[in-house]
Amino acid sequence: MAEYSALSLLANALKGNKDWKPAWRKPDPKASYDVVIIGGGGHGLATAYYLAKDHGITNVAVLEKGWLGSGNVGRNTTAVRSNYLLPANTRFYEHSMKLWENLSHELNYNVMFSQRGCLNLAHTPAQFDDYARRGNAMRHLGVDAELMTPVEIKRLIPALDISNDARFPVVGGLMQRRAGTARHDAVAWGYARGADRRGVDIIENCEVTGFLRDGDRVTGVTTSRGDIRAKKVAVAVAGSTGRVMQLAGIETMPIESHVLQAFVTESLKPFIDTVVTFGMGHFYMSQSDKGGLVYGGDIDGYNSYAQRGNLPIVDEVMSEMLALFPGLARVRMLRSWGGVCDMSMDGSPIITMGPLPGMYLNCGWCYGGFKATPASGWCFAWTIAKDQPHDFNAPFTLDRFHRGLVIDDKGQGANPRLH
Amino acid sequence: MLITCPYCGPRDVIEFTYQGDGNRERPDPASQNFEAWNAYVYDRLNPAGDHNEIWQHSGGCRVHLRVVRNTLTHEISNVAFVRGDHSSAARRKAEDKP
Repeated sequence: MAEYSALSLLANALKGNKDWKPAWRKPDPKASYDVVIIGGGGHGLATAYYLAKDHGITNVAVLEKGWLGSGNVGRNTTAVRSNYLLPANTRFYEHSMKLWENLSHELNYNVMFSQRGCLNLAHTPAQFDDYARRGNAMRHLGVDAELMTPVEIKRLIPALDISNDARFPVVGGLMQRRAGTARHDAVAWGYARGADRRGVDIIENCEVTGFLRDGDRVTGVTTSRGDIRAKKVAVAVAGSTGRVMQLAGIETMPIESHVLQAFVTESLKPFIDTVVTFGMGHFYMSQSDKGGLVYGGDIDGYNSYAQRGNLPIVDEVMSEMLALFPGLARVRMLRSWGGVCDMSMDGSPIITMGPLPGMYLNCGWCYGGFKATPASGWCFAWTIAKDQPHDFNAPFTLDRFHRGLVIDDKGQGANPRLH
Repeated sequence: MLITCPYCGPRDVIEFTYQGDGNRERPDPASQNFEAWNAYVYDRLNPAGDHNEIWQHSGGCRVHLRVVRNTLTHEISNVAFVRGDHSSAARRKAEDKP
């Protein structure tokens, strides 16, 4: 039974909106837990939810330095897709897609998952061939993919400039119809409520300041709200991975933190009902249900923990937008913001036990972590509960770099700013 | 973000190319120490604070620079040439030496 309905909205409005109940409690931390998860973002909350629901582990705390969902889960451009080339990535993200498809029912919380499709535009015949290859690789693993002609694309996105006069004429595209967007805050709130209802303590404004150790073994954390002991400590802190691992005495990681900016325009009437990506640069755009165009491009390209970027990327993203949609030249940008991304050395994530005994690590999401949220939590919970990875995340180890088993979807090499 | 090139003065970041982490030590090319090579290629300090990094003034004089930049504030506290001091004053000084 839905907890929110038009009727409950109306009833509460008439009563002055005084009777709404908080979606999750605000408990004080206990002295010890079975599992402590550092990071109350999408992945940490999803991990707590699946630990409680699938594995019966409910004596769990999620520690969040700020407020719930204040990091990347509320800063992304909300796209969800599984259009990867390499089997390890395709299988993992397709599992995520299947979880997305049932997520609102699963959580009894409307995450507004909208399978409006994601179209990658090709601007040269060689790029179109490359997309055909990726589309075939996807279909080979049971993921939907189809090639589109410029005429079909024009019908789908009338505002797109597909003329031969365009700066980069469109020669075709690769479409994943099941891809789409979701309301990112609702994902955090839905997982938080689901975990909380199953007994998980979500502790906000609680910063981890160090790790409790017994020799090598991690036995808990020190926090701004006291020491918390735990049999298992899971780290899911995205852009802050380097900082948190340094607290555990691990100096280097195959991760660089970079800033990614995102933008939203003023609200427009329905303009585009799919997610579109530019093939001659790095640009992606969709339209939110409120009407704002939500879009972004490349990371700024230098190490940063600042959650704000610089103007050259703003300029580049706007130029790319206008190359595709000249008609948007007079639309005003409403807001821009930045998030800190944990760029891994091969563009693929890390979900694994270790690197210390008693510790579990989830990081390396680059700027694609939002779509992974359900599968990341699902696989991380499995790994924590069973002390072994699921087949879906077995390839995403931390030691794969030193063992020569990198999963580099783009073939860019160990150059995080290019992934 | 402005980077003060020792040759050209303060210039917008758009003129520069980021060459990455300047803390890494490249093993001797003849080295067969795989761990050292792996560490050079894959492992990063990634500090939140002052970061030692390499930039090239690719849209200007093309010199390679060692920059100390704060990753929390983007503030730049030091810029130097990657390979010693190439300024003409320094060169003259070196030539003066017996």
